[in-house]
Amino acid sequence: MAYFLQQLINGLTLGAIYGLIAIGYTMVYGIIGMINFAHGEIYMIGAFISVISFLALSAAGVTYVPLALLVVLIVTMTFTAAYGWTIERIAYRPLRHSFRLAPLISAIGMSIFLQNLVQLLQGARVKPLQPIVSGGFVLLDSGDFEVQISYLQIFIILLTVALMAGFTTMINRTSLGRAQRACEQDGTMAALLGVNVDRTISLTFVMGAALAAVAGMMVTLYYGVIDFYIGFLAGVKAFTAAVLGGIGSLPGAMLGGILIGLIEAFWSGYFSVEYKDVSVFGILVLVLIFRPTGLLGRPEVEKV
Amino acid sequence: MTMLSIEGVHTFYGNIEALKGVDVSVETGEIVTLIGANGAGKSTLLMTICGRPRASKGRIVFEGRDITGTETFEIVRLGISQSPEGRRIFPRMTVLDNLQMGAISTDPSYFTEDLKRVFTLFPILERRQEQRGGTLSGGEQQMLAIGRALMSRPRLLLLDEPSLGLAPLVVKQIFEVIREINEQQKVTVFLVEQNAYHALKLAHRGYVMQTGQIALQGTGRELLGNREVRAAYLEGGH
Ligand SMILES: Nc1ncnc2c1ncn2[C@@H]1O[C@H](COP(=O)(O)OP(=O)(O)OP(=O)(O)O)[C@@H](O)[C@H]1O
Ligand SMILES: [Mg+2]
Repeated sequence: MAYFLQQLINGLTLGAIYGLIAIGYTMVYGIIGMINFAHGEIYMIGAFISVISFLALSAAGVTYVPLALLVVLIVTMTFTAAYGWTIERIAYRPLRHSFRLAPLISAIGMSIFLQNLVQLLQGARVKPLQPIVSGGFVLLDSGDFEVQISYLQIFIILLTVALMAGFTTMINRTSLGRAQRACEQDGTMAALLGVNVDRTISLTFVMGAALAAVAGMMVTLYYGVIDFYIGFLAGVKAFTAAVLGGIGSLPGAMLGGILIGLIEAFWSGYFSVEYKDVSVFGILVLVLIFRPTGLLGRPEVEKV
Repeated sequence: MTMLSIEGVHTFYGNIEALKGVDVSVETGEIVTLIGANGAGKSTLLMTICGRPRASKGRIVFEGRDITGTETFEIVRLGISQSPEGRRIFPRMTVLDNLQMGAISTDPSYFTEDLKRVFTLFPILERRQEQRGGTLSGGEQQMLAIGRALMSRPRLLLLDEPSLGLAPLVVKQIFEVIREINEQQKVTVFLVEQNAYHALKLAHRGYVMQTGQIALQGTGRELLGNREVRAAYLEGGH
């Protein structure tokens, strides 16, 4: 029981991170019907920007942890969002009216380019970072096993919940969110009503990138090491989360992310750590075969 | 005063020429109707006014301003609103959300007042506020499409076949509302219709389009009495 609880906590933490990345996949898919294969790289870039900003802050003598976290969060979101915006402008927008596969190919190219760019700029070796947030609680002590939750895990889970709540409110209640949903459902009609569709798509990329940036920062804090290659695996897993939840569905991406995190944690905890990635890809295959619309997705055929 | 003037407009879909030099003008305060057979180019003309697709030749002038090259999303801010072919309700949004989308180009302070006006025209929409657009009946969707178009406070309303697929009673109701919008709210209306009888009775003037060109024009009454129009669009009941 204690062990189970520990895996649950670890799984939720991982799931929060996947969920934040998955939102970017699902929103971009929703609005332009394309899988942004470079999204994993956006997250990787977020991780690098956060490492660099942490190092810069400590060099500047900022030692107060909450301040450092806040500054890094803002800097990382801003710069990563700029990457997201730029990618859409140069790699996808010119191909918007091209054949269906064109932007997909461009996305894969962009993904390779970004990996190589970071490798060139930052080197191929892993980047370590001292623990910034340490300590935690013992939740339960069953004699031979202690269930712990670290302050960092609490930070990750709470920040994710806050971001997801804020984001959901934005999509459902604000006029920007409404415009985004309108563009998803009928871009031409949205334009007739006065929505600048290009700008709305840009903003969607910016938001997805900002959330992935937070995930990148969290992973940096959580694992303490990153390299230019982390975007690939995390990207595929978050994509799996988005598909599991139902691609195009915002609550689906969140739910899918949490489930993938839990599956990975429990698989590692009870079966084998080596095959934890296999478990996730196994899920992807099963979902694609048996329920391609995902848990909360809607069938493609529903059209008026 | 001329509100909208379409001068020698050509529009292509790829290499299909859908409009082959169309001239139409709409005076302020009028209801002008455009009738014509399937595939004549009526919807294309309405969409060309809004820049989707764009005219490849000719000029479109609205209130003295050349809008031929204006971005689609800017058009509504100039005072032109369209309820397009097929209604294009956002199916997974509520009625209220659809109406809010209609108001996206206007000052939010008008919203409550404009919403009330639309609900007065179409009381059913008020009762269906929270229902998803895609689950409305055809008639309700049409009312929502017109209501949504009105939410942007247009001076020129473009309507594409508002009576399509509706029961005769509802058709009458819709045409009644169009008259009301025109007379009481002083909105100029450019109306595309298959229901030529009703449209010509309602409109001050009409145009008949054939394969991408204007074949005939006149007052509603003249066209109703015209032999060719009767033969092509009116005989066999209305
Ligand atoms: N997106 C498109 N791509 C290619 N051709 C098109 C497209 N839309 C319309 N057309 C063609 O342009 C011509 C005019 O079509 P349009 O829809 O304007 O006709 P319409 O007068 O509105 O007809 P209806 O009364 O049936 O609605 C038709 O020949 C049609 O096939
Ligand atoms: Mg038509």
